[in-house]
Amino acid sequence: MKARVHVMLKNGVLDPQGEAVRHALGALGFDKVEGVRQGKVIDLELAEGATEADVTNMCEKLLANTVIESYSVEIQ
Amino acid sequence: MKAAVVVFPGSNCDRDLAVAFEQAGFDVSMVWHKDSQLPEGVDIVGVPGGFSYGDYLRCGAIAAQSPICKAVVDHAERGGYALGVCNGFQILTETGVLPGALLRNAGLKYICKTVDLTVATSDSAFTQGYNAGDVIGVPIAHHDGNYYADEATVQALKDQDRIAFTYVDNPNGSVADIAGILSENRRVLGMMPHPERAADDGHGGTDGAAMFRALSGLLTEA
Repeated sequence: MKARVHVMLKNGVLDPQGEAVRHALGALGFDKVEGVRQGKVIDLELAEGATEADVTNMCEKLLANTVIESYSVEIQ
Repeated sequence: MKAAVVVFPGSNCDRDLAVAFEQAGFDVSMVWHKDSQLPEGVDIVGVPGGFSYGDYLRCGAIAAQSPICKAVVDHAERGGYALGVCNGFQILTETGVLPGALLRNAGLKYICKTVDLTVATSDSAFTQGYNAGDVIGVPIAHHDGNYYADEATVQALKDQDRIAFTYVDNPNGSVADIAGILSENRRVLGMMPHPERAADDGHGGTDGAAMFRALSGLLTEA
């Protein structure tokens, strides 16, 4: 089983890297970009028997810092 | 009076922190990240700056899961003293011993310079050698020192007088200019600036030395 975890800064938490990317896109002439948020994608290869609940637990304990980040799990 | 300084792969302020404790009269032992126990009778644990585990995933995230960190959390939960500087502050927030998190600097740049801090409270073992309102010069050296906590948490820190230091001229975007905070029992301090780099005449400034002297005085009496 494979799982893909998306980790993003929560709404309301300033993302200075996303802002810098937005500025750079503007400088390249992409003037219709109103906002950029940058996150992480983590792919997990899981052994037989692993569950979505296990992945959620991994996110809570390590993969995301829920003080500043939100996450979503996609089972593939 | 015993101090232990934790060493992670990638720590680079561990020896500076140990020297600052030693100069204040502490008996210091270094503790490796794979150890699962602190030395017997440790009064204070220092969690040093650096780039533990290469800052992989998030600054301090992997270190927070190391065997020694469990011992540090237990020590703090038992009411032991702990000082986390820079990466050490990041690690203490990742373990949940201190609230909030450290984000990338608002200006995106790594900043290495001496900054002015306002001592926001003298009511702690760490800051009792200062007067509230004192301005001290302490070096910062970080890329991810932008302190963030939600509004309710920041309000609680203010209401409980748990903000130890604020920046005079906020260099990194930290909420409420926060440079360092105390735990609820006031025995754990996390701060991005490096008091151990302002603790000896050779450093070009000694404004941080009062913290180690005060800790040493208090823990000797205890």
